[in-house]
This record gives sequence, C-alpha cells and structure tokens, in this order.
Amino acid sequence: MTTGTVRPFPGSGALRETGRLFALALDVIVQTFRRPFQVREFIQQCWFIASVTILPTALVAIPFGAVVALQLGNLIVQLGAQSFTGAAAVLAIIQQAAPLVTALMVAGAGGSAICADLGARTIREEIDAMKVLGVNPIQRLVVPRVLAAMVIAVLLNGLVSVVGVLGSYVFNVVLQDGTPGAYLASFSALAQLPDLWISEIKALIFGFIAGVVAAYRGLNPRGGPKGVGDAVNQSVVITFLLLFFVNFVLTAVYLSIVPQKGS
Amino acid sequence: MGAEVVVEGLTKSFGRQTIWRDVTLTLPPGEVSVLLGPSGTGKSVFLKSMIGLLKPDRGRCEINGVDIVTCSERKLYEIRKMFGVLFQDGALFGSMSLYDNVAFPLREHTRKSESEIRRLVLEKLDMTGLSGAEGKLPGEISGGMRKRAGLARALMLDPEIILCDEPDSGLDPVRTSYISQLLIDLNAQIDATVLIVTHNIHVARTIPDNIGMLFRRELVMFGPREVLLTSEEPAVKQFLNGSRIGPIGMSEEKDEATMAAEQAHVDAGHHDGGTEEVRGIGPQAEPTPGLPQRQAVRRRKDRVMRILHTLPAGAQRAIVDSLTPAERADYGVDTGGRPSPYPRPARHGSLAEEIAKLPGSSWQTGPPGSGA
Repeated sequence: MTTGTVRPFPGSGALRETGRLFALALDVIVQTFRRPFQVREFIQQCWFIASVTILPTALVAIPFGAVVALQLGNLIVQLGAQSFTGAAAVLAIIQQAAPLVTALMVAGAGGSAICADLGARTIREEIDAMKVLGVNPIQRLVVPRVLAAMVIAVLLNGLVSVVGVLGSYVFNVVLQDGTPGAYLASFSALAQLPDLWISEIKALIFGFIAGVVAAYRGLNPRGGPKGVGDAVNQSVVITFLLLFFVNFVLTAVYLSIVPQKGS
Repeated sequence: MGAEVVVEGLTKSFGRQTIWRDVTLTLPPGEVSVLLGPSGTGKSVFLKSMIGLLKPDRGRCEINGVDIVTCSERKLYEIRKMFGVLFQDGALFGSMSLYDNVAFPLREHTRKSESEIRRLVLEKLDMTGLSGAEGKLPGEISGGMRKRAGLARALMLDPEIILCDEPDSGLDPVRTSYISQLLIDLNAQIDATVLIVTHNIHVARTIPDNIGMLFRRELVMFGPREVLLTSEEPAVKQFLNGSRIGPIGMSEEKDEATMAAEQAHVDAGHHDGGTEEVRGIGPQAEPTPGLPQRQAVRRRKDRVMRILHTLPAGAQRAIVDSLTPAERADYGVDTGGRPSPYPRPARHGSLAEEIAKLPGSSWQTGPPGSGA
C-alpha cells in the first residue's frame, strides 16, 4: 500500500476491494485447516443461522413452488405436454430455485446478522483487541461463520427442494386439475441425480460467498455506527449480485459438461 | 526485563494526508515512556502501527530484532503475545462477562486448568480493583471499570511491553492517579517496557522516565523526562502549561496573525487559559511501599549519564541536580555540574570515564546550582 504518490486510475478502488475480498476468501480457506478448530463457535453459528432462516425459507419456498407450477402449468397445457408438468417443476425448483432461495435467505438473514455483529465488534475495537491478544479473528470468528453459512445453506437447500416440490405438486393437482399420477410419474423423465448434486454444490458455494462477503464488509466498515449500517446493506446487495452471476456461470458449466436427459 | 522497541523513520499517511513522518525513537527496555501530543496528532495511530494493526508507509519497528512492519502474519501474531495493550475504551468483548474477558488470553494460549485460570483471573481482577464484578457484562459497568478490566486482560499473559492508549481519558483525576500508580507498580513488579499515549499533563509530569511529543506531523522530541520538562520549545512549553498562547491552535496549527491577536489579549489582561505557569521538574512517582524497587530507575540513570553530554544544558543541570551526592561522586560529576578531576570507577561500566572525556560539552559551563 505504498502507492500514495501514484495517481489512482478510474475503477482502481473497485479493483482493490475485489482483491481484498478474494484475499479474505483465500485466508478463510487457509485458516479453515488451522488447529484448533472453533467447534463451539461453529455450532453456535450454525444454530443461529438455522434459527433465523428455516421459517422464512420454508415460507418463501411454498409460493415459489406454486408460482413455478402455475406458470409452467399454463405454458405446458398450451403446448399439450401436460403430463410433463412434474418433470419441469422438479427441474426448475431443484436446479435453480432451491439454491437461490436458500442463498438469498442465508445472505439476507444470516449474512446481514454476521455482518452487523462483526461490524459492531470492529468499531468497538474488539477485533483489534483480539489481534493484539495474539488471536487471529479470521480463524476465531470468520471461519466458523463461513462454514456455518455453508453447512446451513446445504441443509436448507434440501428443505427448499422438498417444500418447493410439495408446493408445486399441491398447486398443480389442486388448482390446475393435474393428475397426481402423471405428476409423480414424470418426476424422473427430465430430472436426474446430477441435478441434485449441482443443486447442493451451488448451495455450498452460495453459502461460502454469503459468509465471506458478510465477513468482509463487517470487518471493514467505514467509520462509526452509520458505517456498520451501510456495510450490512452493501453486504446483502453485493452478495445478491455475486450470487446471480455465479449462478449463471455454474449453470452454464453444468449444462455443458453434464449430458441432459432426453437430449 | 521488558523488550526494547526500536522505531526508525516510521511514516504513516491515510490517502494524501500524512499523519506523521520519520518518527524515530527507542523505548528503552523496562522503562516507562509517555507520548504526548495535542488531540488529532495521530498518537493512537502510532500505537496501532507499533503493534501492526495499521501498516506504516515506510520505516521499521523492531521488537527483539523482528521488524513488525515487514514480518509475516504468523510471526506478527507470535510477537503480539509479548504485548499487553490497553485500548481507549478497554475494547472488551461485549458478549462475554468480565471474568471470561480476562480469562480469554489464557484460554486461547495456554493449557492451564480451569481452576488455575480462576486463580489468576481473580488475582488480576483484585489488582485492578474489580473483585466482585466478574459476572458483569461490559455493557453494565462504567467506563472506568471497563478500562481497568481491559488492563487486567492485557496483563494476563505477563506482557513484556505494555501499551496504554489514553489510560486517563474519561476518568476522574483520582482514578487517573490510581491507574498511573498501578502502571508504575506493575513496572516495578514485572519490569515491562511501558508506553503511555496521553494528553494528560499531570500523568506526563509524574509517571514516565522518558517523554516524547508529537506535533505538526512529526516527533518534536523524545528523551529522558528532564529534556521535555525543561524544554524551551514553544509548542512543548505551551502544551505542558495548557495555555492558549503558543503555536498550538484549536485546529492543528495557527497562523502568525492569530498568535499575535491572542498575545495582545493576554497582554491586555485576558486569561490565557492555562491553570498555572508550571516550570521545572516535579518528583517522579514511585512504586507503592512494600513493592520491589523499579530496576528501570537504576538502568535509566546509567543510560542518561552516558548520553548526558548530548542533552540540552537545562536538562543536564536538572539531571545532575537530581542525583544524590554519592551518585554524583560515582558518576564523576560534582555539584556544580563539573566532572570531578579524579573520577572513581563507576558501578556500571565505564560511564564516568566517558563523561569525563568530554571537555567541550556545554553542560560543564552551566552556572552552578541554577537548574530547575
């Protein structure tokens, strides 16, 4: 950081922030393997994130599945492929909706809490005090939180998949007069096991991103309590932007390397 | 004995704003030093740079031969275990009780049994006058208690270097004296190097062995307490007297016109804001009776006598005056500030010879008995 005399070029600030974010992500990965692992902090964080996300996630998942069912149902009836409603709904929910809904919840509920917590600790000099006591705050605080976000994202992803599919089933059968048998029978017509894997991998990566971004913004708030508020806000926005971008990349990669059924 | 801290050419800026540049000083091992400076001169920033919380632009800061500006992260965390740092507000962990806060360093870094931790924690809490408050959360206690708890936590790992960021801010004068006395007592007991950052003149006058002052983005001076306390430097004099007359303004500096106008007011009888014109050197605080003597006093005397010839005349006179007749004889200086013609062998090395060999030094010509 001795570039005080060099004139900054436009966008250098954004590049620097991005670089630091990646540096933190690397630090987190490295520190994950450093003993002693903070088991207690990890469990506490898992419990905390789970407790703030489970209910909202389930509540979002039901209408989400319903919307998919309604939308697809209409289209598919027009195309005359009504018996494939189940197949399409499963594909859409497991591959796309579940990891995204999970990540939005983990970022919005869990990540913002992590960011606010770390931000408050930073402005109260607790983080500095911890460093001075010879304890690495990344290893002690950030790693358990990021891992907790990842684990909870993966578990929540399963919940959303189940609840979403159930929701879509109920709406399809009850509201759109679909046949239960056709819905269930077409489950495996398009969907396959790798769809579930990519879904869980996505959730894992999204959880990591949500945790790291929240920790990064929390550890670097700009001045005072107002700065912490701004940091929380930014952490959620940045996470959402990154999520959708990464989701796009992952989906593209997945579709091109894993052969799809029926193609 | 505490570790020596050598700072060389340290420079720090935030963006285009230089906080201070080319700060060079050495904290002598085991001695108590104070860093003074008007508000906003980057005293706290200096403290944070010394422990690697902020990265200076240039310069070195060596502790036991390790430069903490350039060393690896891992090494930095090792080095930091030698430090005990008292932050301005104590910086306690808000989610933990006082007991857990103070026990934190032991739980993280040692494998002591919980009963031993309990003994040590209660001992430190007792020392800082917090017995009975161990179950309280930091949010439930006063600022002064938080500060003392922060100090107790900083002392848990038996630090070799103790850094205090404004131990007096937010404390009443009585508690400030107690905290200062505690620091001196600690120094007597564990012989740690202590650096206190403050703008409290009273603390600066009574506690330290060495004083430095930051002003106008640089270290104005750093040296034995006598040097700063006898200094004729306008900023230093003004600061020590708390007067409005001098180069220090409401914002960092003031211009000639403001200075002249203020001087005119004072000449016309308007109060200059200072409580009293304090001059000279008061006695230094000593450890509470019953505690061991501070080893640093002896070492410092030897060190100061070794560099005596480099100090300004006023400081030299004050130092010589502060010696007992026996010490004067030992160091080979007589009451008039003249080296004795037959210096006796010194108890510690060859100081007497070194001093006696400096014929041209100005301190020899100082008028006898006119110091302080």
